[in-house]
Amino acid sequence: MTTLLPDQLGHFGRFGGRFMPEALIGPLDELTAAWQEAMADKAFTDEFERMLREYAGTPSLLYDATRLSDVAGARILLKREDLNHTGAHKVRNVLGQALLTKRMGKTRVIAETGAGQHGVATATACAYLDLECVVYMGEVDTERQALNVARMKLLGAEVIPVKTGSRTLKDAINEALRDWVASVDNTHYLLGTAAGGHPFPAMVRDFVRGIGDEARAQSLELLGRLPDAAIACVGGGSNAIGLFAAFVPDTGVKLYGIEAGGDGYETGRHAATITAGQIGVLHGARSYLLQDDDGQTIESHSISAGLDYPGVGPEHAWLAETGRATYRPVTDAAAMDALKLLARTEGIIPAIESAHAVAGALEIARELGPEAVLLVNLSGRGDKDMDTAGEWFGLIDAKIEPKDVRA
Amino acid sequence: MSEQVVALGNAGRAIRAARDEGRAALVGYLPAGYPTIDGGVDGIKALVDGGVDVIEIGLPYSDPVMDGVTIQRATEIARAGGVRTRDVLATVEKITAYADVPVLVMTYWNPVERYGVDRFATDLAGAGGAGLITPDLIPDEGAEWIAAADKLDLDKVFLVSPSSTDERIALTTANCRGFVYATAVMGVTGAREQASDLAAPLVARTKATTGLPVGVGLGVSNGDQAAGIAAFADAVIVGAALVKALGDGGPAGVRALTESLAEGVRREPTAAAAR
Repeated sequence: MTTLLPDQLGHFGRFGGRFMPEALIGPLDELTAAWQEAMADKAFTDEFERMLREYAGTPSLLYDATRLSDVAGARILLKREDLNHTGAHKVRNVLGQALLTKRMGKTRVIAETGAGQHGVATATACAYLDLECVVYMGEVDTERQALNVARMKLLGAEVIPVKTGSRTLKDAINEALRDWVASVDNTHYLLGTAAGGHPFPAMVRDFVRGIGDEARAQSLELLGRLPDAAIACVGGGSNAIGLFAAFVPDTGVKLYGIEAGGDGYETGRHAATITAGQIGVLHGARSYLLQDDDGQTIESHSISAGLDYPGVGPEHAWLAETGRATYRPVTDAAAMDALKLLARTEGIIPAIESAHAVAGALEIARELGPEAVLLVNLSGRGDKDMDTAGEWFGLIDAKIEPKDVRA
Repeated sequence: MSEQVVALGNAGRAIRAARDEGRAALVGYLPAGYPTIDGGVDGIKALVDGGVDVIEIGLPYSDPVMDGVTIQRATEIARAGGVRTRDVLATVEKITAYADVPVLVMTYWNPVERYGVDRFATDLAGAGGAGLITPDLIPDEGAEWIAAADKLDLDKVFLVSPSSTDERIALTTANCRGFVYATAVMGVTGAREQASDLAAPLVARTKATTGLPVGVGLGVSNGDQAAGIAAFADAVIVGAALVKALGDGGPAGVRALTESLAEGVRREPTAAAAR
């Protein structure tokens, strides 16, 4: 299936493009050409598919979650990306970009990470493909995610704490971009989501679109038809665009992106970028973003580190503006309730990110009724979130304040 | 390129006037609001007093991906002090009232877009500002700004880089008015010990496409480096070193460094080249 957007300069309608320093435009052109040549080269795509199959464990299962469905009041199918190597859909993107890095003859990879999941995935791919790996991580995040720092180091990556700005994910992206401007001759910036300047949004989408391509085929096999809705959580938006890409032309399939509502959208403490509806430019692309009246980026809030980002990929902005996909927020509390429900009904502990998608599915099930079939991307597993879940549910002794785990 | 088609603009005329004196021009940068809004104005006035030919006033932004740690820290302090876009424009107005020196605003793109491109252009012109330097806006994405600037004869300073192809340099210079900003290194802002060997070839490639003056920035911190760049560029652009001077020595520190840089751009090119 071909995807027509973006245009040659990376625009999805009025979104996307390249709002980047001129120093990176030449390298981005080279990257675009290398990526397009690679995707047209069967040797490359065969090797990518082999790595996904033999190393990452895809295609991931499509699981008919009957006990969850009983509670939800509609049939829910879970796309089990949580069972992939490294525990999330992200392995697809990092393997694709790391293989492309080798093809371009570059020897060093840099990446940003928030909670550490993309950093761990990147460090994994670099260990697997023998690439030098440097991960930028906000100092605040290195403190609250010490275990993932240890994982990255064990995999051979260097982790650099970022001490400027808000010292979180967006500042890690800034610092990675600063590194890249100075190192682009031998270095690939392995961006972790379907955002940034062209070609990243389209390239990341095409590396992760196996999620939806597989799920579409699996749905046809299981049901003899397509699902009524496809649902995924949206931070930067890579797992959601990976699910949606296959279904965009299937106009009978409703697409829902679930944003992080944090303490509640109305409180202002959230990461629901599209729901907030303000258009601007951040990290290389025009899209929706959380900003103040002067266009300064506002910090986002979510219990889920993977959704805690004040921007969103430009293709989601376009899907929202055209009405092809619908985006809505789910609060921290609703997501944690869904996490517990999935654990108790199916014996699956999802990532808190993915629990947002499950919580969204529970709402959508009520709206679409008992005959509906909902495809939900279970984008990652919850092992990484056990500290947060333990505190939230009071499962760990001597923790008095259950809510404010990110403070 | 014939002189007639060169869009010299406000900054370009000042740089050309320096050339007519047989020297390169000095372009100095300081962010608005650092260390305070009033203190920032005093620092920029010290640039004028020290002999700068063109001024860049930085608009502090939350995500300055082209800036090294010196300017990051300064703009963080400015933002923590509450500087707003309107304060940047007010700073421009105070400086243009103080001296007859072209004042450009150097800004990442989102604050302009948020303010409204036409409105920003109008208010900048109203404050006496000469134009914009846009480190994360390339002409390919700049149609709205280009139209607004053309309407008001504001300078449009886009950047060229050692990684730019000749085609991209031609596209970029065709869209510039005032001067062309050549980044001397592959990297972010900040003082550097070593002069870049990438700058001179970049200036030559840029001049092959345009009659506009070419300014060289990134990493220049003292009179000797300024003299070295003055040997092949029309303007020497200094930022982080001046920010550091303001932090360390206040307006007097800015004035002293500016004077030494102004001396550097006035050295005989041959002497500088032989250094």
